Amino acid sequence: MAVTAGLRLLEALATPHGLDRYLELVHPMLTVRELRGQVTSVHRTTSDTVTLTIRPTRRWRGFRSGQFVRLSVVIDGIRRTRCYSPSTSEHRPGSFDLTIKAHDGGLVSRWLHANARTGLVVHLSQAEGEFTLDTARPRRVLLVSGGSGITPVLSMLRTLTDEGHDGEIVFLHYAYRRSDVPHLADLRALADRRPNVRLVLGYTDAADGDLQGFCTEEHLRAAAPWFTEAPAYLCGPPGLMAAVRAVYDGLGIGGLLRTEEFAPAPVAVDTAEATGTVTFARSGRRAPNSGRTLLEQAEAAGLTPEHGCRMGICFSCTSVKTAGRVRDVRSGETSTDPDEEIQLCVRVPVGDVTLDL
Amino acid sequence: MAPQLTPDQYAALGRDLDALRQRVLADLGEADRAYILDIVKIQRALEVAGRGLLFLGFLPPAWLAGVGALSLSKILDNMEIGHNVMHGQYDWMRDPALNSRMFEWDTVAPAENWKHSHNYVHHTYTNIIGKDRDIGYGVLRIDPAQKWNPYYLGNPVYAALLAVFFQWGVMLHDLEAEKLASGEKKWSETAAERRRMWHKGVKQVLKDYALFPALSGPLFLPTLLGNMTANLARNLWAFAIIFCGHFPTGVESFTEEETADETRGQWYYRQMLGSANITGSPLFHILSGNLSHQIEHHLFPDIPARRYPMIAPEVRAICAKYGLPYNTGGLAKQLGSVFGKIVRLALPDRLTRAWSGTVETDRARRAA
Repeated sequence: MAVTAGLRLLEALATPHGLDRYLELVHPMLTVRELRGQVTSVHRTTSDTVTLTIRPTRRWRGFRSGQFVRLSVVIDGIRRTRCYSPSTSEHRPGSFDLTIKAHDGGLVSRWLHANARTGLVVHLSQAEGEFTLDTARPRRVLLVSGGSGITPVLSMLRTLTDEGHDGEIVFLHYAYRRSDVPHLADLRALADRRPNVRLVLGYTDAADGDLQGFCTEEHLRAAAPWFTEAPAYLCGPPGLMAAVRAVYDGLGIGGLLRTEEFAPAPVAVDTAEATGTVTFARSGRRAPNSGRTLLEQAEAAGLTPEHGCRMGICFSCTSVKTAGRVRDVRSGETSTDPDEEIQLCVRVPVGDVTLDL
Repeated sequence: MAPQLTPDQYAALGRDLDALRQRVLADLGEADRAYILDIVKIQRALEVAGRGLLFLGFLPPAWLAGVGALSLSKILDNMEIGHNVMHGQYDWMRDPALNSRMFEWDTVAPAENWKHSHNYVHHTYTNIIGKDRDIGYGVLRIDPAQKWNPYYLGNPVYAALLAVFFQWGVMLHDLEAEKLASGEKKWSETAAERRRMWHKGVKQVLKDYALFPALSGPLFLPTLLGNMTANLARNLWAFAIIFCGHFPTGVESFTEEETADETRGQWYYRQMLGSANITGSPLFHILSGNLSHQIEHHLFPDIPARRYPMIAPEVRAICAKYGLPYNTGGLAKQLGSVFGKIVRLALPDRLTRAWSGTVETDRARRAA
């Protein structure tokens, strides 16, 4: 009670900027409202992945295994945000690990791989996402992952073993080859320690795995003969997702499959012709892309977004683009970042675009 | 007197300035971020130091230093940080704390109201008589094209009051009193603006005139006076800088007819001719929020202000290339020119015609 009253007085004294704007200048982790995290250790687990241990500030409400957090870092002056799933057990107190794979075109993942060091402070969101273990834990569980999609299902595995789960757990993971499997030593140790945990590795580019090539029904049967009777949790690249989905749908057991789309959808080709659909998410309207500015298209769709100069100087029409590619009509530059603030009056969609309008 | 350009020249002017803009935008990065974060750090440190020193307000030097630090804090907050952040100059950083949609400044005028009348109305319709409400702020006669009436005899008095109570003037400006008076706008239409003014005003007044004085216990009055003085200092400074931006002699105004079908080049032309710079030291530029580079600011209102002094030589060269004036001078010269205008325009035109040649409208001179 006294703490709340004291906090309110301090906020009234700090107005209009808020207490955190002063506290963060003393130390970036000293915030009362904003959620941040400090990197407490850095391990480069394979040649292109890095595992960060992150200790969040007091406002962190924890996560359920399978969920993700939005992590932001500043790269060349610009705050960049990406989603990553913790790979540790949801029961580990005080910190969680993120395993991040450096993709070729991945600005943030490459930056973290090259620059993350102990002491780095990042911005965090609370955990989000519906891809989680059923609250009533199933007896038998199949966990399927591919590439960097390993992190949420690894968290599920570790959470279940922390809970002393004694039902059968099969951890089926696909990679190009053995050297690409993150946390391989940990996984092997865990499977050795726990008789109910079976580790099955499928390699697409090497012959020394438990399974070879891309996922098929035979793979699933070999890994978990009971897979048609137990829930499966799946996360990986689009090809793996589609293959597993096809097997489950073909057997009429699609209801057993829980999935998380991990990789972004392929980017539409940049053409002079207008293609795709503009979706106004908040008002639930959609219209085919007419090639005109997003402000004009919103108005044509019957919306009345706030606006002013209609020439890109007053920022009255700034809105959040949640997904898709847009082009700046002045510079011709395109951008694809999710949750990006754009000026509607000087942006045209390139393919499908979703706006928070 | 500025020449009219040919359509080709307007187009070329637009291309030159667009190219300059593009070059600066492409170069934005860590240095710009570091700069504004440094200014924020200095402002917050001055604020904390100023508030702290006022707790020692029984010592006159501490009181004076406290008021000085707090005044500087408010000036930096409103000008180099607030005004510029709310223009969207730092939106590219994607930092919510320095984003135009979320920032609030340390003054009673709510950000949302101000952004509409400033970023949209003033910056889009700069110096168009009848559209730019910043010409005289609906209170003063500052352009000969505003028709004289006896109310304007009080011009110098209104200007002095506006200077002293500038933050309140900026706040009330968004009510568009002149439109309420003419019946163009109904009182009920200002409900949203008034609600925001009330919420923001209460918080600001509570902080400066109740909470901090009360916390200083027996020093209630010295702290109250200190905070009032700091607000006054900021008011006078902001008024002086802002009035030097568009009102010195030589700055041109425009009519709705001549700007009805503007191209981008013509829009740039109007921004250049409708603004004036102030010369000074780097520290002076920072304390003015770089509005001492009003010409550069009006050409590129969304480019981080620290870039204005860097591109000023190039803008000046572009002006010279097209034979356009580049209105600049020291603070004393520009302020003197503004004050002269305020006094001169208080009187009907026929009284001052013999006295000065500048009472003809800028438009008439341009047409001549």
